[in-house]
Amino acid sequence: MNSRKDPKLPVRPSGGVSRRGFVSGLGIGGGALGTGLLEKEAVAAPAPANLIGPGPAAITLTINGKPVNLKVEPRVTLLDALRNYIGMTGAKNVCDRGVCGACTVIMAGKTVYSCAVLAIDAQGKNIETIEGLAAGNSLHPISAAFVANDGQQCGYCTSGFVMAAKGFLDEHPNPTMDDVKHGLGGNLCRCGTYMGVRKAVIEAAANMKGAKNG
Amino acid sequence: MQAFEYANPATLPDALGLLASEWGPTDVLAGGTDLLSLMKEYLHTPKRVVNIKGIKELAGIQKTGAGLRIGALVTMDEIATNAEIRNEYKSLADAAAGIPSPQIRHMGTAGGDLCQRPRCWYYRQGFGLLATKDGQPLVPDGENKYHAIFGGGPAYFVSASSLGPALIALGASVKLVSAKGSRDVPAAKFFVIPKDERTREIALRPNEILTEILVPGAATKSATYEVRQKEALDWPLAVAAVALRMNGATVTSAKVVLGHVAPIPWEAAAAGKLLAGKTITAATAEAAGKAAVEGAQPLSQNAYKTQLAKVAVKRALLDAVKARA
Repeated sequence: MNSRKDPKLPVRPSGGVSRRGFVSGLGIGGGALGTGLLEKEAVAAPAPANLIGPGPAAITLTINGKPVNLKVEPRVTLLDALRNYIGMTGAKNVCDRGVCGACTVIMAGKTVYSCAVLAIDAQGKNIETIEGLAAGNSLHPISAAFVANDGQQCGYCTSGFVMAAKGFLDEHPNPTMDDVKHGLGGNLCRCGTYMGVRKAVIEAAANMKGAKNG
Repeated sequence: MQAFEYANPATLPDALGLLASEWGPTDVLAGGTDLLSLMKEYLHTPKRVVNIKGIKELAGIQKTGAGLRIGALVTMDEIATNAEIRNEYKSLADAAAGIPSPQIRHMGTAGGDLCQRPRCWYYRQGFGLLATKDGQPLVPDGENKYHAIFGGGPAYFVSASSLGPALIALGASVKLVSAKGSRDVPAAKFFVIPKDERTREIALRPNEILTEILVPGAATKSATYEVRQKEALDWPLAVAAVALRMNGATVTSAKVVLGHVAPIPWEAAAAGKLLAGKTITAATAEAAGKAAVEGAQPLSQNAYKTQLAKVAVKRALLDAVKARA
């Protein structure tokens, strides 16, 4: 793969903060990142055939059920919007070419690669991310099953796998092992944790039986 | 990727009015699974991207008097799971279900599947459709494990379309619409082997949009068989799509189309001819496979594809009539 980066990334986390500092800063303040998000400006839906951009345009994404306002250039992907503009770093940027699955989110009920969706094109659809899964401090049954079954090693593919599993189990609540293999065919793990991942999904399906999935 | 202006038209005329008359300045966005990658690699650097997903008439699968109409925006997931397609046009459902990634099936559209650019790694690294450097072809003595065994150059990439072989075998056509009118092009004529860098590998013109696929009435048995190296996230190594018209157990006419062996889905006319008047047995299926790969011209690293294509034909035929090998 060509590793060439865009000459100018539209927005970076301010002030050269390290990724870890950036993430932990979110927990404390959150507001600094969210300044743009708190603006209560009403964002009109673009009129048909109206041209938008190439400069930043105001858009509204619905993330885990909540509206989020931001300004992005049309070229910004949903993945970059989540990570670099909204500060949600759960979806990972690994291949950035729609082949690895680490950036998987659920959009309008279907798993998609967020690196292959333009943020501006993701408006009007609910976008479920890994950040929306846990209920407070208690893990979602799928995440808990990943922990219990060694469904991760380095962890970089994990959030994508968990979301792929969520999307899969939403549609296939009683899967066989073969169903799980095929159902997670859009995600790669370079550590080779597939067996743990598959067992986790089977266990999560069993644990969620009768319970509301979600 | 390069910055661009974005349009989200609600009607086809609006969308067509936004397209340039030459390739380059504008691109059509549907599922985005290919276009965004092309833009990130600067292989496509459109000044304007026209999202057609808001155009309602491009969606949906409908049964018509003439057969089946598949809107350009229908996703590969819809094709794989549609009951009518699974029952009457099994080869199409096979081809769509063969895409191993649910995410790609959810995003990728029928129109995009036909219009996607080649996956040849030389093309993707900027060496052009014909993969040349300083005027010299790179593929014949290069890394050609996944390249063509039919077509004879100067293009050696393989058509990546999943639906192409099945559509050609079924005798389908595609509707291409411009501001000036529309034309129906047989799927077999939609794919083009480029002889120079200025030719696209499809018959679509820059100011046209592929709006729908028309598949003639079934009365056929069909199947697609893909040979893959991995269970997940990869392209097939060789594909065979077959469509049989039957009179009882006897084949009256047959079409056999190979995928991932040439810059276009490759119709194996000899295999089709051989099957007419026969019943599908392991022996006739094997003979058809052998006939299908007659004349293959493997490159230095891809002779294995000849065998895989041969086996794919045999298995697709047996699957179409549900016979055991």
